[in-house]
Amino acid sequence: MVDRLKRSISRLGRNVINGIWRFGSMARFFCLVIASSGTSFNRFRLVMREVYFSGVLSLIIIVVSGLFVGMVLGLQGFETLQKYGATESIGVVVALSLVRELGPVVSALLFASRAGSAITAEIGLMKTTEQLTAMDMMAVSPMARVIAPRFWAGIISMPILSWMFSAMGVFGGYVVGVVIIGVDNGAFWSQMQAAVDFQYDVLNGTVKSFVFGIAVTVIATFEGYDAPPTAEGVSGATTRTVVTSALMILALDLVLTAFMLRQH
Amino acid sequence: MERTTIDLWFGAFVAAGFAALMVLALKVGNLGAERATETYRVEARFDNIGGLKVRGPVRSAGVLVGRVAEIHFDNDRYQARVVLALDKRYAFPKDTSASILTSGLLGETYVGFEAGGDDKKLQAGDRITLTQSAVVLEKLIGQFLFSKAQEEPAKK
Repeated sequence: MVDRLKRSISRLGRNVINGIWRFGSMARFFCLVIASSGTSFNRFRLVMREVYFSGVLSLIIIVVSGLFVGMVLGLQGFETLQKYGATESIGVVVALSLVRELGPVVSALLFASRAGSAITAEIGLMKTTEQLTAMDMMAVSPMARVIAPRFWAGIISMPILSWMFSAMGVFGGYVVGVVIIGVDNGAFWSQMQAAVDFQYDVLNGTVKSFVFGIAVTVIATFEGYDAPPTAEGVSGATTRTVVTSALMILALDLVLTAFMLRQH
Repeated sequence: MERTTIDLWFGAFVAAGFAALMVLALKVGNLGAERATETYRVEARFDNIGGLKVRGPVRSAGVLVGRVAEIHFDNDRYQARVVLALDKRYAFPKDTSASILTSGLLGETYVGFEAGGDDKKLQAGDRITLTQSAVVLEKLIGQFLFSKAQEEPAKK
């Protein structure tokens, strides 16, 4: 009995220490990526290729989900606002929730599961098949050649994807609110424009998506780089990427929102 | 430099992203015509500004003519000092009065302008002397109850 208790406590302690350890190496990994980013800008085509794979190919899922999320916001907002006779404010509800929160957060979650997992699996498999070691042997730094371009591609893609998500969402809200339900077109746009401030809402949302982009790509590349070189190890790393990124995005969102609202 | 399909996709992606940003800024946000106008600043003192916020609207005859630029507390007079940025296209007489109003019962607080009859116009840096404070609903109810209570014995 005492033995089992002792064992479970020591397992808990090992997990905590392990977590802190991983966090520390992730921070070191992040600095290393920044330090070896020179190649990414000298040979920008490497970054462009990764933007194509993680950004352009994520477009369909981002655009379609943005449209659906905006439509749902329109329907739900209408349902509630109807009680107060303020259905014209539907544009405000849709635009503010998209630009401030849902745009950056949902597009980052989608990006983590669509592109982040792919990055981890790719790098993990490159490590498993010893491609990274081979590069090292040829005096090509895998950090500069493989990791850094994916990192910068994520940072470039993430805000663009979140803008598209928000813009498509507002369009979805417009389709449901104005075209289907029949809210007045002029009031829809004018109230939205009166409520949404470019600096406080759009730019703060962009800052959020930048931060999420950094978090997701660092986690994805680190998990891939750190994956045990087995099939099981790569699959575990891919799962961890999605889970850790999702938690990280939501936690960072809370911190950033609290910080941004206090300035207001 | 030879061109590749990746270049095209990258360019299209970034262009579409900035198009989306422009939509967010101009169509969804307030970066349209309104911001570009030039303003002049006048000042007004109020005993109570209620729920007025910086960037709140200034309206005259219901039309948006400016925005609240700054709100300070004047520690000599114990009043609120409000700086208003008015649109250069609109000029108001010197004896214009400003009051703190609320659009609807629960709507936003704004500064309402009532034009006076003076020939001189308000210039940048001028002070609006005729001001009316926000109506505090609790005070109104308190006064109403008080006067009601005074009436009661008279009826009997």
